[in-house]
Amino acid sequence: MTDHRLEEVLETLYLRFEDPSRQDIGSPGGEGLRLAVEHGYVDDVTQQLTETGRPLGELVVRRHRLAECLLRDVLRVFDAEAEEDACRFEHILRTGLEDRVCTLLGHPTTCPHGRPIPRGDCCRRAEHDGVNEVAALCDGRAGQTGVVAYLSTRDNREIQKLMAMGILPGSDIRLMRLFPSYIFEIGHSQFTVDRALAEKIIVHWR
Amino acid sequence: MSLSTSIRERLFPGTNVARSAQAPAAGPAILLVGNPNVGKSALFNRLTGQYVTVSNYPGTTVEISRGRCSALGADVEIIDTPGMYSLLPITDEERVASDMLSGADVRCVVHVLDAKNLDRMLGFTLQLIETGLPVLVALNMADEARDLGIKIDVARLAAILGVPVIPTVSISGEGVADLVAAIKKTPPPSPFRVEYGNLIEEGIAGIAGRLSAGTVAARARASLLLQGDSRERERVLQEKGDLETARILQIVAATRTRLNHSPHYYVTLALRARVDQIVAECVRAPQRAPNRFRAALDRLCTHPLTGYPIVVLVLYFALYKFVGGFGAGTLVNFLEESVFKHTLIPWAVRGVAAVVPWAPLRSLLAGEYGIITLGLRYAVAIVLPIVGTFFLAFAVLEDTGYLPRLALLVDRGFKKIGLNGRAVIPIVLGFGCDTMATLVTRTLETRRERLICTILLALAIPCSAQLGVILGLLSGSGAALAVWAGVVLAIMLLTGFLSAKLLPGEQPMFYMELPPLRLPVLGNVLIKTYSRMVWYFREILPLFILASVLIWIGQITSIFQLLIRCTEPLVRGLGLPDQAAVAFLFGFFRRDYGAAGLYDLHKAGGLTVHQLTVAAITLTLFLPCIAQFLVMQKERGTRVALWIAAGVFVTAFAVGWLTHRALLLLPWVLG
Repeated sequence: MTDHRLEEVLETLYLRFEDPSRQDIGSPGGEGLRLAVEHGYVDDVTQQLTETGRPLGELVVRRHRLAECLLRDVLRVFDAEAEEDACRFEHILRTGLEDRVCTLLGHPTTCPHGRPIPRGDCCRRAEHDGVNEVAALCDGRAGQTGVVAYLSTRDNREIQKLMAMGILPGSDIRLMRLFPSYIFEIGHSQFTVDRALAEKIIVHWR
Repeated sequence: MSLSTSIRERLFPGTNVARSAQAPAAGPAILLVGNPNVGKSALFNRLTGQYVTVSNYPGTTVEISRGRCSALGADVEIIDTPGMYSLLPITDEERVASDMLSGADVRCVVHVLDAKNLDRMLGFTLQLIETGLPVLVALNMADEARDLGIKIDVARLAAILGVPVIPTVSISGEGVADLVAAIKKTPPPSPFRVEYGNLIEEGIAGIAGRLSAGTVAARARASLLLQGDSRERERVLQEKGDLETARILQIVAATRTRLNHSPHYYVTLALRARVDQIVAECVRAPQRAPNRFRAALDRLCTHPLTGYPIVVLVLYFALYKFVGGFGAGTLVNFLEESVFKHTLIPWAVRGVAAVVPWAPLRSLLAGEYGIITLGLRYAVAIVLPIVGTFFLAFAVLEDTGYLPRLALLVDRGFKKIGLNGRAVIPIVLGFGCDTMATLVTRTLETRRERLICTILLALAIPCSAQLGVILGLLSGSGAALAVWAGVVLAIMLLTGFLSAKLLPGEQPMFYMELPPLRLPVLGNVLIKTYSRMVWYFREILPLFILASVLIWIGQITSIFQLLIRCTEPLVRGLGLPDQAAVAFLFGFFRRDYGAAGLYDLHKAGGLTVHQLTVAAITLTLFLPCIAQFLVMQKERGTRVALWIAAGVFVTAFAVGWLTHRALLLLPWVLG
């Protein structure tokens, strides 16, 4: 599945399958549809995804929505181009890479538009093990340890402050207290921050 | 004097009142650079002994200490730079440090770091090495690292970095001789460089090609430009002119657009990755066996259920019992009654009478408001013991590491009045001396916070001298004490709340390092207390004497009487006797001076509980003392200082008047 036109067709048809009442989706056609039918992903007559085509459509949608989350939560892109960026992203993510993104983001369940993100193997594994969650420092439990995943801020002053405390992706971190202020340990030092900063520190919890 | 200066700089970094603003001396200098809280200034004191001068960095209020080390020769200057976390400055102080690195004739840079936290500190070392300056690393607090069982392969670290690495303990002096010996040899610049990844490296190479090397290597300067350092941009603009700078900034912009995050982020990540490698090679830290007792105590201090009661207990014993009871009670009584009233003053009055024939001069020295009888007595017998006990209590709290814990407990509350938990340090210090506390507002991050804190200190925080006297005055009536505390607290909260609402600016952000709780070392506590008392005394004694002289002049020329007559209607409006006008006039010089005047009046039996309550509230809120006004003017500017003073004046009398009327309507409140 390397052709972008093919992927677009599978995506469109999956969106229709997911929510038949949606009005904002156009009809597929052209070269992409021809390829899809040729590969047996789409039924020639009903113009709907076949049993083999549906998981592929689901995968494209999953990548698209994860890309949206990635743009919003990590890269902090909120502008109009974000949608187009996500459209390009979904084609770049090769197989397996979307699970890494999904893990990084903490296996999100809904996209920024509030639609469900199709679950991947990584989500099922994480649920089974009950670990591997990624969440902000302020959402951790006292005593929990983890590794800083990323800093969810574009404010340079905030980033500089966090970095000055040694909070960088890859640093081991232990949350010690959540109230009245957040206390955590990094290296051999303890720090305290308020909620506004604790929200910006995204941790891959153990 | 120089010794206490250097100690003071260590106690309150950047809080000195400037005495001189000389330009930096020419000649090769040795720069001490490092994070805050790594013992850098202590090391500086070790290296320089007493030969220290403190001065403003030209054009700023940031102060730097310079000194000479006898072992290195008289022409070599050692400079203690303000603490900084990385080469990319955030605060004014860090900007000064970065200027010094790129400007002056630098012989070598000594990077002082905390040996316990190499992983956090080495990134800055790598940045310093990349500047191309000769760098030495002082692994300070080596003893604490040893105690934690951390083993550092010093030789290996030195080999990797290509610079001398010397373990030191600045508190005890261990390793300082080795450091001096290493400085003497002046190491060559190290060839060590960090690889920042293709995109960044391309940008750096492009920019560096257009820069001349200067003191700081072109590569380091290019990296700073790329990371958006405005200071470096100004320097390039000066050197290269508009056109060339624009070309360089184009490269910066082009590199930035190719990255998701700022280049600063990637540079820091790359530094961190390299540091992690180095630490993995050179440092072995054991699985920590935490000190159970210390950890439990820490939990108690920070747990909301136990933390707040502990705050109350600490404040009760440290402020009320020790400062209020012992300082303002026992010590003041002893000094006032036994030393001054029964010994010194009669002796002085007799002595002056015998020696000085001229009556006006006699009254200047030992009259009712004389220098000895009033100025010296207030300063030594009333103010000194109170302030001294406060500084002692504050130094103990500071050295135990309790204050940051206090800060995290109050942060949420302080946010409501436009401050963050960090402001607890100037506010608590304000209960000792508002003037000193106003200087310490420098440690707050935004202008808005500094302004709000200054207003609160000027208006609602009584200093220890004032507090001691007022607690003494009102101690007879619990209800009066409650009314006083309630009104002052309400005004403080209201003022903070309104300031937070009305003043524009960004929301405060709270972040702080929590040093481990430890038992304070008696010697250090005493040195701190001593040097703060010296500072305080030097500050206030001249003012007290000046006040005596002014009052004396006023009396001879009848201006004093005139002023008293002008103040009387105001005082009468508050329902106070005319004599209270004298106390309020004193209050113009210092609030504690005014409170002490009230104390005299009360002892003569001149005031009812109602009057005492109103007078105490008005005086607490009253115009800041002259010293504080001068500091406000220095720190916040004349216009702001005048506005604050006017606002405080009006508020104090308005609130005093309202309290007076309210108590008239509700006489049962005071029983």
